[in-house]
Amino acid sequence: MTRRELIVLGVVLVAAVALPFVVSNYRTFQFTLVLVYAIALLGLNMLTGYNGQISLGHGAFYAIGAYCTAVLMDKFGVPYWATLPVAGAVCLLVGFLFGLPALRLEGLYLALATFALGVSLPQLLKYHHFEKWTGGVQGIVIPKPEAPFGLPLKPDQWLYLFTLAVALAMFALAWNLLRGRVGRAMVAIRDNPVAAEAMGVNNSIYKSLTFGVSAMYTGVAGGLSAIAVQFVAPDSFDIFLSIKFLIGIVIGGLASISGAIFGALFIQFIPNVADEISKAAPWAIFGLFLIGFVYLMPMGISGALRMAVARLTRKRQNS
Amino acid sequence: MDAFIHQVLAGLATGGIYASLALALVMIYQATHLVNFAQGEMAMFATYIAWALINIGIPQLGIPPLPYWQAFFVTVVSAFVLGVLIERVVIRPVENAPVLAVVVVFIALLVILNSVTGWMFTYTIKTFPSPFPSEIGFGRFMSPHEVGAIGVTMVVLVLLYLFFRFTPLGLAMRAAAQNPESSRLVGIRVGWMLALGWGLAAAIGGIAGMMVAPIVYLDPNMMGGVLLYAFAAALVGGIDSPGGAVFGGFLVGVLENVLGAFVIGNELKLAVALVLIIGVLTVRPSGIFGKVHVTRV
Repeated sequence: MTRRELIVLGVVLVAAVALPFVVSNYRTFQFTLVLVYAIALLGLNMLTGYNGQISLGHGAFYAIGAYCTAVLMDKFGVPYWATLPVAGAVCLLVGFLFGLPALRLEGLYLALATFALGVSLPQLLKYHHFEKWTGGVQGIVIPKPEAPFGLPLKPDQWLYLFTLAVALAMFALAWNLLRGRVGRAMVAIRDNPVAAEAMGVNNSIYKSLTFGVSAMYTGVAGGLSAIAVQFVAPDSFDIFLSIKFLIGIVIGGLASISGAIFGALFIQFIPNVADEISKAAPWAIFGLFLIGFVYLMPMGISGALRMAVARLTRKRQNS
Repeated sequence: MDAFIHQVLAGLATGGIYASLALALVMIYQATHLVNFAQGEMAMFATYIAWALINIGIPQLGIPPLPYWQAFFVTVVSAFVLGVLIERVVIRPVENAPVLAVVVVFIALLVILNSVTGWMFTYTIKTFPSPFPSEIGFGRFMSPHEVGAIGVTMVVLVLLYLFFRFTPLGLAMRAAAQNPESSRLVGIRVGWMLALGWGLAAAIGGIAGMMVAPIVYLDPNMMGGVLLYAFAAALVGGIDSPGGAVFGGFLVGVLENVLGAFVIGNELKLAVALVLIIGVLTVRPSGIFGKVHVTRV
């Protein structure tokens, strides 16, 4: 990282930590959700942006993570922080297993298979034989965690800081994973699978592992969302959730880590603004933005920013 | 036994609807090698047009509410025009773009159509009339609407077959889909053939929507499940085979109903589609009647 990047990162971090102490409880909760979405988008971006496997059903892994956390807390009395590794591990396994048949599917067909997963998931969650654990249509209500060690923090503030810590760890992990050998292999498979194979990359292992890791990220995000919202129910995990994730990575910027944050801000706050026009307006706006970005700004917000910065610095050097 | 026969026949009726939508998917796939994720929402939008024509008419143009069959034909024509417009305006620019960009555009279309419908007609569930008289039902086995839906599907299939088999335009469309370069050399306007294909697919989808709406009721999300079954149908039959799509449609309809009624219960019906889709794609991606593709490396 260059010095300037380090400075930007430092400023962003300080602002992120200070945030819950300057805005209202409700805004703090919204920013907690932004962090949660950012983790989920990072997971999807690894799979779709870096590795080129299109998933229209990542809401399913988010749901599995959320249900893992909720069931563990509600039925087994596990503390909230201890449920996240379990949610991550379960999603890693499920994602890896789903990734195995997905190996045989390219582009469009994988999109189709994952779309089917996303559409049919709410029905699976409502299945009455699972009702003992999942609470069926009613879902599960879980309590809000209090700040530990007698810290003088409101629950919303504590939850935000906890989520921030998890998000930082996940982002650091992703950054390390993507900038090195593994990340290069993933991008190579996306751009030219045959050449990647010829260079000694084991395509099938990489692709299914990417699927697993991506699902793990989204699952951890799902677990965090359950804790933050204090409620899970089948109908909040419909196909539109998966579509929202896709919108997030396209608008934020494919194959970029910072894109996950821009995308998360977008999918969290645009509906807030648009809701005032009509109940249907957020999605109409999402759709229009989506088409607009594909035509005009295929690199998303982070790509556009990068280009703007590059242009500015070039000008300064010239003058 | 009676219950079983009833389920099979009801399955054939909904299967016919899946077959039409699967056929629409296959038509677009053959021409462009794309799977249209917005096909279901396009059909849903057309069905809302029909609902508005039957119940309100178009007050702005001074058109009173229309009788069912007039509304039916106006809807089919408007769906056709809408399909052509969507191809020309939205799909054209990404014709040669990477798969991800195309999928994203389809998803955007899905989202826009869904929300615009919700905006215009609200999200409350509406009933949709069935045009079929009660005399044509088979008493305890099939309702009039089921018999009628199968009849309409059959008419559509036969008309399509005749169109593609015996008319110059149908031949030109098939040629443009199979070999665009050569077709262009003999003077076929390939771009317009694709747009016509989209229009036809949208019109067929509209008919499927009007046939399924009395069963699933009218709401902006009504086609989610139907589209999934249509995907499954198209894949089971072979995504590049129109005959296969029709066969797949009926098969999926019957499977869904029989399994739902006797084996796994109605709650997990959509999982049938999921399992079929993933199963076919992993075990035999070309489906029953599709061509096996070999890629040279």
